[in-house]
Amino acid sequence: MRKVFAKVIILTVIAAFLVPAVLFAAGAREEVGERHAFVFKNTGNPYGEKQMEGFKEGVEEMGHQAILRAPDQPTAEDQIQILEQLIAQNVDSICVTANDYDALEPVIRNAMNAGIVVTSADSATNPASRATFVNQADAEMIGRTLIQAAYDMIGGAGDIAILSATSTASNQNLWIEWMQEELTDPKYDDVELVEIAYGDDLRDKSVAETEALLRSHPDLECIIAPTTVGIAAASRVITDNDLIGEVYITGLGLPSEMAEYINNGACPYMFLWNPIDVGYLAAYTNMALVNEEITGAAGETFEAGRLGSYEIVEADDGGTEVLLGPPFRFDPDNIDEWKDVY
Amino acid sequence: MAEKQILLDKSRNWKEFFFQWEWLLVIIFLLIHVVNSFLSPYYLNLNTFIRTPQSFLDKAFIVLPMTFVIIMGNIDVSVGSTVALSSVVMATAYNAGLPMPLALILCLAVGSACGLFNGVIMAKFPELSAAIITIATMTMYRGIAYVILENRAAGGFPEWYSFFGWGSVGRVPFMVIAFAVCAVLFGLLLHRTSFGRCVYGMGHNKRACLYSGVKTGKIIIIVSLLTGLMAGITAVFLTSRMGSTRPNVALGYELQVIAMVVLGGVSTSGGKGKIFGPLLAVFIIGFLSYGLGLVNISAQVLLIIIGALLITSVMVLNIRFDRSNKQMMPSSSGKKRASNK
Amino acid sequence: MLNRIKRSFSGAESFRELGLLVFILILSVVIQIRNPAFLTASNISTLLTHASILSILAVGMMMVLLTQGIDLSIGSTIALSGMVSALTVAANPWVHPAAAILIGVGVGIAVGLVNGILVSRFNVLPIIATLGMMNVVRGLTYVVSGGRWVSAYQMPREFLRIATGRVFGINNLIIITIIIYVIFYYFINHTMTGRRIYAVGSNPEAADVSGIPKKRIICLVYVLMGALAGLAGVLWVARYASAQGDTATGYELQVIAAVVLGGVSLTGGSGKVSGIILGALLFGILSNALPLIGVSPFWQQMIQGIVILSAVIINVMVKRRNEYMALKRREI
Repeated sequence: MRKVFAKVIILTVIAAFLVPAVLFAAGAREEVGERHAFVFKNTGNPYGEKQMEGFKEGVEEMGHQAILRAPDQPTAEDQIQILEQLIAQNVDSICVTANDYDALEPVIRNAMNAGIVVTSADSATNPASRATFVNQADAEMIGRTLIQAAYDMIGGAGDIAILSATSTASNQNLWIEWMQEELTDPKYDDVELVEIAYGDDLRDKSVAETEALLRSHPDLECIIAPTTVGIAAASRVITDNDLIGEVYITGLGLPSEMAEYINNGACPYMFLWNPIDVGYLAAYTNMALVNEEITGAAGETFEAGRLGSYEIVEADDGGTEVLLGPPFRFDPDNIDEWKDVY
Repeated sequence: MAEKQILLDKSRNWKEFFFQWEWLLVIIFLLIHVVNSFLSPYYLNLNTFIRTPQSFLDKAFIVLPMTFVIIMGNIDVSVGSTVALSSVVMATAYNAGLPMPLALILCLAVGSACGLFNGVIMAKFPELSAAIITIATMTMYRGIAYVILENRAAGGFPEWYSFFGWGSVGRVPFMVIAFAVCAVLFGLLLHRTSFGRCVYGMGHNKRACLYSGVKTGKIIIIVSLLTGLMAGITAVFLTSRMGSTRPNVALGYELQVIAMVVLGGVSTSGGKGKIFGPLLAVFIIGFLSYGLGLVNISAQVLLIIIGALLITSVMVLNIRFDRSNKQMMPSSSGKKRASNK
Repeated sequence: MLNRIKRSFSGAESFRELGLLVFILILSVVIQIRNPAFLTASNISTLLTHASILSILAVGMMMVLLTQGIDLSIGSTIALSGMVSALTVAANPWVHPAAAILIGVGVGIAVGLVNGILVSRFNVLPIIATLGMMNVVRGLTYVVSGGRWVSAYQMPREFLRIATGRVFGINNLIIITIIIYVIFYYFINHTMTGRRIYAVGSNPEAADVSGIPKKRIICLVYVLMGALAGLAGVLWVARYASAQGDTATGYELQVIAAVVLGGVSLTGGSGKVSGIILGALLFGILSNALPLIGVSPFWQQMIQGIVILSAVIINVMVKRRNEYMALKRREI
């Protein structure tokens, strides 16, 4: 009885491997034009899903094949493995949303040596690891706009705090730097930044950090959270503790996550950009690079389908970037039309 | 007759020999290559076999001492944090002016120190389980790494450093050579020295070892030290592959390493297993992930597959072990098992 | 003679918890000095609410650990049950919140049942079975959600009020936690099945030979753990008004740490409910208080690790001292 059972199990395991193998073998033989790959930070992230959707839209519009990958943990090591697999598949281009600014450099250099075009989007890699960077919005503009929003909400004077994601995220730190830069303007003399807290993009930790901010700084009037998880968590805390109107929340958030809080007033208005467009623009950037219409140097221009034409500009870190456009403002007037989109 | 059978710890019967867990792993290993080649035209080339091992062998170094730890009946979940801390200290020291070769030694020293700390606490407080000690040190070590580097990255290593993670001697990657050497050393240590026998003994019955004069405290300390040292080596290779480091590297390594050891047939109740199994398991999981990645299987499906593989393989393992156990130990519990099933 | 040993031993056990209690008191005093906002009614309420989900899971994990097992899959179970119940109420807003809870608990029971069968019927080691299931369930969560999140505006008011509502001014979550503790305290200490769990854990062979249905008990503890994890999943999603694919990743280690901190032995057979309350409380204090006293976020993790290590070592030293005193009293 045991012997039979054991054999059944072994055969099931073997079959479990062979069946998908046969199915996949059927699909794997097709050769479709160019192949462009997009690697996001992690799976299960609707923001990332939308970016990948946009990328796919752009690539398929031009008749090529899109490969979409993301690791299940937001680590650089996993992204390195994915990049190696893509190199082995001889893809034509890769666009990566980096989990780490520098750590992908060695593997990206290998990709470039193999003739693959590599760009980054949303979260940059260092200048040596990219042909260009597709930036969703100017970091300076994001930083300054958010501080100005906080200034307006608190009526020109008061304490504010920042709730960020992980302490190692390059885009977060860049925006925070610009926020602090904006605060040096004499106009903000009565505004004080009391603390920067890190919620690690974790729902429960962001809630805990927000509650701690409220307790440690009873005069706090506004929390800026330039992270989609953080802003929703902070708004939740404000709503649950009946602090709407006493403490304001603003920052960068997903319309779907924030619809409730914009409508109930916890967050008067917030900003973001359209991640679908980020992916779409990245697709066209990559295709233009592969077709050698551009080389990634500043000053070059190219067409990006339905988004119109774009020019490559100098970036702050010594490389180049393509700017999608100004941040988009979400307020009670337009939130309902966007909350089902992303 | 009954006593002789209990004393035999390796069966000479050729049928029993081939039914060992390690052979099943070999079969799975070959099967994976067959399936992978069907899945993707990009799989069967020299590039795969040279380049791929470098991406998963970094954690394989820890698998070796972890085998010892689990055979002993302990566990160590602080290895990922040890890797992070060693790497961060090395990078910070190098950027502060320490010459690179010394920084490398510092990396190994920090790793060993972390392991030593674990071992000393385990030896001095045997009432405490290894799990809670290493959970605490796991948080502590990574915390120290955060205190040192906060939210920055540290890198800027000399050109020759990338040879560790990316270079080859002739056709063979340096990491493979280094790993092979370590594997042989650990294998000899486990199977051919009295130290290794003591490790098995402690896994079977720690108290009996203690009363037989085995210095259990010392053995625990040495094994923990080795674990820390290998974590330091992993840090050297991992940092070389990434060219820079942050406090959040090597997250989740501990569970991956434990999974590899357990898939390799090492029982967590202690006292059973050989070094060969985990070695194969490393390559199995590594090549499986790579092959599936070549056809761009999504991360979530890969998660399910590896989880299911782990479970089914152990289920088969248990059925096999039950059979061989029944014949090995004609004691009352064996008879009872036979009549129950 | 045996009775006397037993009595002095149970004395030592409660002293072990005393060590932990003293540690918590000292810690609270230190924090209160640094920031008087700590021991206010609203902060304590926040703290307890925070620790509530951890406490509920701690009860389940204690039962699993008592049987020499372990369950690494609860983080993924929380995510799956939370996601399933969130998706259900998002698509059917007329569903009563109690039904949503039942759905979540049902999902948890299903996962727990698989774990239990793997461990008891197929003799798979708990660490492997639950490690594998951790991966499988997490993958399932992503598949079920299609990579999307369920956001606040999709969740009906009544559902969210599971976590934000109050009864007599005390948060719902705390009430639920208290109810669970009362039920399980009675179950573990005053029912036959509960005592049998201890028996199976301290000596499986003896338990088997004495006629205790070992397999059924082992399966039961995993099902109970799964049910509690399912409940925790619904509470989590209601509290944070969001269901994500990567919810509660790695949470299982926190739960295990809290439980072991509370004196439950990882080799099975010993542990008390009073202990794990203290363990969960300590963890709750750590996450709540550190940001309060202005500790740099980069130092938080290291301090948590040091606190856990010291608390555990102090615990052991107190226990040793008590056993020594007990021996001395008997003058052997």
